[in-house]
Amino acid sequence: MNGLRKYSGLILAIVVVLALVAWPTINGKDITREVVFTMILSVALASSLNILLGYTGYVSFGHVVFFGLGGYVGFYLMAVQNWSLWPAMLAGGVASGTLAFFLGKAILRLRGGYFALATIGVNEAVRAFINNYKPFGGPVGLSLNFSVYQNYGGGAREALWLSFYMLAALTILVIIVSYAVRTSKFGLGLLAIREDEDAAEIMGVRAPNAKTWAYVLSAIFPGILGVLFFFKNGNIEPAPAFRLQLSIEMIVMVMLGGQGTVLGPILGGAGYQRFRGFLLTNPLFKNIQLAVAGFLLLIIVLFIPAGIIGWVRNRFPKLRRVLQ
Amino acid sequence: MDFLSASIVDGLLLGFVYGVAAMGLTLIWGVMNVINLAHGPIIALGMFGVYLIFTALGLNPYIGIVLVALLGLLLGVLIYYVAVHRVINAPHLSTLLATYSVNMMIIGVGTAVFSTSPRNVDFSLGSVELGPITLLGSRAVAAVAAVLVTGALYIFLYRTRPGRYIRAVANNRDAAELMGVPSTRILALSFGLGTMLAAIAGGLIATFFPFTILAGGVYELKSFVISVLGGLGNPIGALFGGLILGVLEGIIPTFMPTTWVPVLEFVLFVLILLVRPSGIFGAKK
Repeated sequence: MNGLRKYSGLILAIVVVLALVAWPTINGKDITREVVFTMILSVALASSLNILLGYTGYVSFGHVVFFGLGGYVGFYLMAVQNWSLWPAMLAGGVASGTLAFFLGKAILRLRGGYFALATIGVNEAVRAFINNYKPFGGPVGLSLNFSVYQNYGGGAREALWLSFYMLAALTILVIIVSYAVRTSKFGLGLLAIREDEDAAEIMGVRAPNAKTWAYVLSAIFPGILGVLFFFKNGNIEPAPAFRLQLSIEMIVMVMLGGQGTVLGPILGGAGYQRFRGFLLTNPLFKNIQLAVAGFLLLIIVLFIPAGIIGWVRNRFPKLRRVLQ
Repeated sequence: MDFLSASIVDGLLLGFVYGVAAMGLTLIWGVMNVINLAHGPIIALGMFGVYLIFTALGLNPYIGIVLVALLGLLLGVLIYYVAVHRVINAPHLSTLLATYSVNMMIIGVGTAVFSTSPRNVDFSLGSVELGPITLLGSRAVAAVAAVLVTGALYIFLYRTRPGRYIRAVANNRDAAELMGVPSTRILALSFGLGTMLAAIAGGLIATFFPFTILAGGVYELKSFVISVLGGLGNPIGALFGGLILGVLEGIIPTFMPTTWVPVLEFVLFVLILLVRPSGIFGAKK
């Protein structure tokens, strides 16, 4: 019972994801699976970004670079070198983690707006480079031979369900890592950096190292997810792989749910996608969905900067143990 | 050689206009430490403003740009009071997202109204042949206009009272307030000037390139690169940054495929941020 209470924050977070996964599993509809796929992909991306953005306070505006680069590396291995999905996913994660490590050593010295600008620059530079890089197909990208999907359970439909459950497992893994970081000494160091980096260093936090590892951790999962996403997609091109808009959407999801909390990005990611789906299909808002979303974002930024979870935590201190 | 000089001149002329766009971004950054992510859509609004005035009212595009500048100033002041003022002292994330939400609203309404099909201002000033170089009239006028705008901005910032207030607020807002500078109004004015410059640049670009409502994004990214080249927060440096970028865009395609230009631009951008965040012309810290 004591253990259950101690981990109640983590358990609640996982239950939310499991409930989402159960929905298409029970009704068995492909359309529901696709809806939930986008939702939990957002949950996983937002949760990984949260490790850097929420805990460390560094605004990575070009985080999609890890999603795209990992996706490209994995996709190249699958499409050209005939690797299977699993080692390709691993390779995608390693590629993104490595890029984050070396990049982190360099650009994490920059603070505030300068760091945000540098991450945008890195994303644009990588996107422009891949546009010219012949082995990755240049501007037309790469695509998978349809017969590849037969190795994953028989047909395309089975492969899609397999990708879905794989994504669910990865999402839960991201949440466990996010929870572990938040409750560890390493995570406390990150939170200290967020509050005041200079003071944290004086108190003995080795800020450059801690920041770099937070950056690497938050980059590995988008890399793996990128491979899975583009495997399911069947083709990869520079423009959708390095879409700056997705980066910003990830930040919005983290903000919406509550930055620096484990549960926040989960609610933010799922809620954002659900809401977007509603706007896109609603006849009244269909044409101006972007403007409506922008208006709501402004309201949140101006009036509820702590996000949903942050607001509830401030309002009802008793719930703080559960809502981590 | 002729080919090279022709592309350098072409690049230089474009560079002046890029410079004006970047000045708007860098002015806002310098005064209030805000990265204006609505910069691109405002450039696009400038393009559409000139387009509408030209097609609907039949006015000369250069008169249109004056009107667009005025509207840009008012729009910027409005954006400041609605979206930025409440979060001006909050962490960077808040101002980034606040200006991005403005970006989403402009693009959202813009695509609903104008769709994303390309438009162009059907207007030509002919061209002049100077030996191997062909000068397009509209580009030459745009470059002259850009120099005039820069000169006017310089005189405004250094010779007038509100301009001095802006520089004082940029330097130290608290101290400026203690000296009786109405800082909120000055911040709103600075934001308005920044968007005005963006709108002017958009209007000038519209006189020689076709555009869509999404076209501002490219110039927003270019403005980031230029601002960093010239030193973030240094409007006059931005003009030189624009010229450098314009010349690079003219020279690089003569020995490499054009598609490599953005790669080099953004690598340069990240390197300068790392090595000399104060820009090439900025003082060493």
